[in-house]
Amino acid sequence: MAFAGFSGTAKVQGAPVKSSRIVLALLLPGMLYLAMFFMIPLVSLLITSLETPAASGAYGAYDYAVDFSSYQRVVTSYFPQIMRSFGYAFLSTVFALVIAYPLAYFIGVRLRSRPLLQKLTLTLVTAPFFISFLLRTIAWKQILSDDSPTLNFLRSLHLLAPDQYFLGTPFAVVWGLTYNFIPFMVLPLYGVLERLDLRLIEAAGDLYASPFSVFRRVTLPLTMPGIISGTLLTFIPITGDYVNASRDFLGSSSTSMIGNMVQADFLQNSDYPAASALSAVLMAVILLIVVFYVKRTGTEDLL
Amino acid sequence: MKQLKLGKLVLPVYSLIALAYLLIPIVYTIFFSFNDSTGRTNTTWQGFTLDKWLHVCERPGICEAVGNSLFIGIVSTLVATVLGTAIAIALVRYRFKARSLVSLSLFLPMATPEVVMGAGLASLFFNVGAGYGYTTIILAHVMFCLSFVVVTVKARVQTLDPVLEEAGRDLYASPTAVFWKITFPLLLPGIMSAALLAFALSFDDFIITYFNAGPVNTFPLLIYIAAAKGVPAEANVIASAVFLLAILTVIGTQVGSSIRHKRLMAIK
Repeated sequence: MAFAGFSGTAKVQGAPVKSSRIVLALLLPGMLYLAMFFMIPLVSLLITSLETPAASGAYGAYDYAVDFSSYQRVVTSYFPQIMRSFGYAFLSTVFALVIAYPLAYFIGVRLRSRPLLQKLTLTLVTAPFFISFLLRTIAWKQILSDDSPTLNFLRSLHLLAPDQYFLGTPFAVVWGLTYNFIPFMVLPLYGVLERLDLRLIEAAGDLYASPFSVFRRVTLPLTMPGIISGTLLTFIPITGDYVNASRDFLGSSSTSMIGNMVQADFLQNSDYPAASALSAVLMAVILLIVVFYVKRTGTEDLL
Repeated sequence: MKQLKLGKLVLPVYSLIALAYLLIPIVYTIFFSFNDSTGRTNTTWQGFTLDKWLHVCERPGICEAVGNSLFIGIVSTLVATVLGTAIAIALVRYRFKARSLVSLSLFLPMATPEVVMGAGLASLFFNVGAGYGYTTIILAHVMFCLSFVVVTVKARVQTLDPVLEEAGRDLYASPTAVFWKITFPLLLPGIMSAALLAFALSFDDFIITYFNAGPVNTFPLLIYIAAAKGVPAEANVIASAVFLLAILTVIGTQVGSSIRHKRLMAIK
């Protein structure tokens, strides 16, 4: 089996029952659905990326072919956008981790003795999921606009020069990306921190480990699965985001990312092969990252 | 001693600041639903009014878009919840060879950028000649909700004590009876929160919908298109109403179950 390389650490909880017909009935509908509407679209994307402009010369029409020129075209002409996407995604993921880890620790460990408060605080973390992500991004746009009270206040404190602004800069895009993806970082971290066995930390303390070395040698390794799925679930979607970086939201033409180019080529320029080739490049990089992570940690901790 | 106390405060204060960062845009959005703005622009505070809340549908197109989003959200949630719950039960309760493959194929949709999924689905529908519309949007939404349903329900299945089901079997209950009388009621809270999450994801999805919508307008599409010129306060009203409804439901359930739990403990 092609995926044999991914198996290994599978561990099954409870008392699993072996019954192949029931398993098949439970799994098949959902798996077929994913095959049809997740795998086949990716294949369709690959086919489209190899198409060549129609012989008729009609605008937006393409013939089936095995033409790799779209790949060469997107990698050379969209090189800045590609680098920017991964750069912004890296920065935002680091910021999200720095903000989310202490927050998840506070909720998962410190609030453990107060279950209701713990649940309610966690609900506040997921609260952004319940209100339009576009409107929240627009809210930041207005809070941080050039002549907003916020910026004028920063100018009055001389933290900002009178002609300095925020919107349209890479800083604004990273700010928005970090903001939008923090909950995706907090939730997996909370998942591992909530189960963290505090006796291990006490034991380390009893053995005269400093708080820093307790963190580095006990807490951090034990929460690594959460850090891994949290960084994957933030970094990867961010590389493909185009709302934050777009001109109508927090970005400008000089902050555009891969997503902006895919959207423009697919929906405005009808250059389907270019949009597909760029998506395929992005997907290939992401698959490499996922394979690297899976090889190191196994698939069981992914979900 | 004093230093120790200050040290204890660092984490709560840091967490409060982080929560504030998360909540500021939400408060801002709700606040500006009461703005007495004229026309489409809702950027500066003009005074308090309830007008926008009382006459939401008077802004052309908005209630139609919300209706579309509700319809798409409900259908996608139903389908994704059924398919996802089945997979979650299989993953926790049964041993089978392909579990790594199943885990991986559930993780990949969560880890794929929306723009890739959007373009992929759009190219598939385009290549097979399917017209974009409600069907294509719903097919897409079920796909990206599915993995999130599995993760949420799976967490609940893991907390289920298999002994309860065994007891049912020992008392000669049929497998169907065991499922509907024991497993399903115990899973219900997990299934409900999975459904709520799926609905929230579907209702708020913009990127994938944008690629596959064709002529259909949804609430996020309406906001995106309006963003260039200014989003009307009525959009804030809808978003705030949905938000308050969802968050109050969640908080109500949590407080309710906490009270029940305390009563049970008191009886014991």
